Amino acid sequence: MNRTWCERINPVVRDMPPSGIRRFFDMVAETKGVISLGVGEPDFVTPWHIREACIYSLEKGYTMYTSNSGLLELRCAIARDLAETYGVTYDPRSEILVTVGVSQGLDLALRALVCPGDEVLIPEPSYVSYAPTVTLAGGKVVSLPTGMEQGFCLRAHQVEAAITPRTKLLLLCYPNNPTGAVLDRKTLLEIAEVAVAHDLIVISDEIYDRLTYDGQHTCLASLPGMKERTVLLNGFSKSYAMTGWRVGYACGHGDFIAAMTKIHQYTMLCAPITAQMAALEALKNGRAGMERMVREYNRRRHLVLHAFRDMGLPCFEPKGAFYAFPEIRVTGLTSEEFAETLLQEEKVAVVPGNAFGASGEGFVRCSYAASLEDLGEAMRRMAQMVRRRGVKPRVISTTHRPIPAREAGVSVAGSVCS
Amino acid sequence: MNTLELLELLEDNARLTPEEIAVMLQADVGEVRRAIKELEQNKTILKYMTLVNWEKAGEEKVSALIEVRITPQRDVGFDGVARRICRFPEVRSVRLMSGAYDLAVFIEGRTMREVSHFVATKLATIEGVISTTTHFVLKTYKQDGVIIEDTEEDRRLMVSP
Repeated sequence: MNRTWCERINPVVRDMPPSGIRRFFDMVAETKGVISLGVGEPDFVTPWHIREACIYSLEKGYTMYTSNSGLLELRCAIARDLAETYGVTYDPRSEILVTVGVSQGLDLALRALVCPGDEVLIPEPSYVSYAPTVTLAGGKVVSLPTGMEQGFCLRAHQVEAAITPRTKLLLLCYPNNPTGAVLDRKTLLEIAEVAVAHDLIVISDEIYDRLTYDGQHTCLASLPGMKERTVLLNGFSKSYAMTGWRVGYACGHGDFIAAMTKIHQYTMLCAPITAQMAALEALKNGRAGMERMVREYNRRRHLVLHAFRDMGLPCFEPKGAFYAFPEIRVTGLTSEEFAETLLQEEKVAVVPGNAFGASGEGFVRCSYAASLEDLGEAMRRMAQMVRRRGVKPRVISTTHRPIPAREAGVSVAGSVCS
Repeated sequence: MNTLELLELLEDNARLTPEEIAVMLQADVGEVRRAIKELEQNKTILKYMTLVNWEKAGEEKVSALIEVRITPQRDVGFDGVARRICRFPEVRSVRLMSGAYDLAVFIEGRTMREVSHFVATKLATIEGVISTTTHFVLKTYKQDGVIIEDTEEDRRLMVSP
């Protein structure tokens, strides 16, 4: 790049390191025949009834702007959904804003709330865009490292210990990407207490709320005293397999939402109407399909956990999202070395844990949003690579298919074949 | 263990091993084996089959849907004739329908002549059958929940945050 041009770029942007995932993405793209567990999105395509509703809306000519806040009908449906699921009530006219995915919701919330030098507490490992968006908004990132021994759960005392006079925000993401950790109600209550005591505002990214496998997800805003100080971010990408539609929403106190709407109207105007129409259909008729997907993820979750334990990689049980975060230190490799070796030797892609912050070092993120066949094969290959590094398997694995082909037409599962 | 979920898994893929099922449903392998055995014995699981694209295998098959109107019989209603039709190996499925006809019968044969011959000589002549209407299948797009020649593939980026 022309040096003089480069100098004219905003130093905040110029000095920002590119996403740690980017470099690895390029490596994977150059390798052929890769099974990827590095994908942060559902392997399901958006259910047909949702796609069909969107096509129908195009046929009917819904191609115009919507109000800045989004279609009122959609906001009403969101309010109804949150009230039914978590008992949190938002006024669809003043407390809900439809955004272009949670990504935009997060950016709006940070830009609306962060003043230069304000500190934002972020549990780590964390989603790759949190720290950069805070920096872009002029804030200062304060990481709260979490580890496997605590199940990657943030503790209230950690929050309390990190608070300074400049602390304004706590940014939570549970169920968590990349670890799959969830916070139980008790822990959330303790954190909420600290937030209230120190007058913190909490941005809660609950995009994986429906992908919770062990008990109900607790919505932060449903806790006493939290609704007014929480900006709740959610969307349709993960629950309804709608990543590419880019549609989400932010809920919160009317003053926060009004401020965010101001930025939104000048920078985005509105979320695309076709995506909003699809989101409406998802809320109206998508529950059964979503529950089917969740059941399927849960079965795969058990499968990969079992496989990691068999191959001798410690892995805490993720209770949400669709990621497992096994520890790979026993192989003697760093996260990046592990991911690169696995890619080169076995053509399986996982994401090195340090892409999600320093406390992710020693781990890799494996997404189980992949077909059963791919998962089984990827686990088999990973087990081979780990064994070559001298790690003793716990038992002879039973999770992957035995190699000898069964006799045609005869099922191992039973003897009823006629 | 949830029996319905077990059946759902096997209906989708009968080649899953009891070990795999046990891990996925967080159940004991012995328990899974016993449950499957019991479902087989009480005929909840009728059979394990493979869905074959015969066209791809190079095998010509002709199938037809026959609408059959019948006279219900005293005491047995439609069941007597329906059960008789079921006996023929050419018949793939028999269903009692609401609407303009009574039985929807799916027939499979090697040639059109074979199928028509079967309808004319065997099916139509059964006592109680009033009439038959034969519709030959021209092309199958989706069968048992599976889209044949599905063009939907995994188009996701290989790595994403």
